[in-house]
Amino acid sequence: MSIDLSHDELLRYSRHLILPDVELEGQKRIRNARVLLVGAGGLGSPTALYLAAAGVGMLGIIDFDTVDLSNLQRQVLHGTSDVGRPKIDSARDRIVDLNPHVVVETHRVQLTSVNALEMLGGYDIIVDGTDNFPTRYLVNDACVMLGKPNVYGSIFRFEGQASVFSSGEGPCYRCLFPHPPPPGLVPSCAEGGVLGVLPGLVGTIQATETLKLILGVGDTLTGRLLLIDTLGMRFHTVRVPRDPNCPACGTREIKELIDYEAFCGMPGGAMAKDEAVDEITPRELAERLAAHEDFTLIDVREPYEWQIGRIEGAQLIPLGDVQDALATLDPAKEVVVYCRSGKRSAEAVRQLNAAGFRATNVTGGILRWSDEVDPSIPKY
Amino acid sequence: MAVSIILPRALLTYSRGSSTLDLDVHCATVADALDELGRRWPAVLDRVVTEQGEVREHVNIFVGEESIRFASGLATPVRDGDTIMIVAAVSGG
Repeated sequence: MSIDLSHDELLRYSRHLILPDVELEGQKRIRNARVLLVGAGGLGSPTALYLAAAGVGMLGIIDFDTVDLSNLQRQVLHGTSDVGRPKIDSARDRIVDLNPHVVVETHRVQLTSVNALEMLGGYDIIVDGTDNFPTRYLVNDACVMLGKPNVYGSIFRFEGQASVFSSGEGPCYRCLFPHPPPPGLVPSCAEGGVLGVLPGLVGTIQATETLKLILGVGDTLTGRLLLIDTLGMRFHTVRVPRDPNCPACGTREIKELIDYEAFCGMPGGAMAKDEAVDEITPRELAERLAAHEDFTLIDVREPYEWQIGRIEGAQLIPLGDVQDALATLDPAKEVVVYCRSGKRSAEAVRQLNAAGFRATNVTGGILRWSDEVDPSIPKY
Repeated sequence: MAVSIILPRALLTYSRGSSTLDLDVHCATVADALDELGRRWPAVLDRVVTEQGEVREHVNIFVGEESIRFASGLATPVRDGDTIMIVAAVSGG
């Protein structure tokens, strides 16, 4: 067997080369591997760094975003000087600096039903580090169609999930979650917050599973879901069988990629119409407040967010307390509701409507209020 | 203690911050345990089951390591000492 690694590579990977189950043959497998990271954010950052350090020969990165200051609390692939740059550019610079032997392919596009099969088709393993449900279902379905493993990770607040889908005879993401939650029911990290180190933990698990798949060693998380609770520091594993009725990998009814925004009930999708609520813009709210119109203004964020900044005249009723507070609200008055970005308040409006109140959502929340009405309110 | 229910963090807003519910009453099935959960925190149960009483499709319930979807659903039996874990889909990355 030829050595086929340069002196620099032999030294760089020496701790792998002496490691049973990796050795020279394994390191060459790693070098020949092509891995695609969908998302260069919280999960994609540690995954990219460790896979690059390990010597994965080709790393593809798809990300449409630019680096924002609020990313740096957890997205360790990017630095302060990168703020405003496309994430794929700062990712490439960091990876090349870490390991110049890695070929980095960057894709500054949004993964869609149109480009997904072609994009994913060029790689051996796909790592799902996305931050939204439509893309998770898109990645899943494309991986199932292409027969490629999908190394899954997801995070929220202090909890994480990891698994390996679409690998061998194992299940896919739809076997675990046949349908996404209705819009507004499950907050995103931007709304609910996330412990900065959590994606580090989950992303390094995804990197570990990716290397195990490349090497063909150990027991991967195929058929199992790892649940991580950082506050209790507990790791649970539950079984995820393949569902024979799964439309993706079971009955294979899904023969082509669909409109995932509509599937997830996002704006513009077919499901969204049932969920629509009355809305006003922050400017319209400001005009109504200035005109001393008679309505109740409530803020459904959490107390710590209220302390950061609030709209004058509002009362604080966190979303979880809205049901209990119904009796304290005047049913004769319209209720105008805001939160940080407008999603939690939309959920509150639905609850208020269901209870018989006339309720209106402030679109864009206090973030848009800060942009358009009162810049003295800090954004967070 | 008969059965413990572990909640996902996304639902703690509706359980006044509690992540676990230890039930002292006897429960024969997952449905019995969820009835108790609903008595304590109705808004949590609303997010676990639909108005038709079916487990929501973005939610999984496990008794020990096993998903009730691949057992007998809400009629899956529970025994003293079992842990029921409710796992909801999250999308953060």
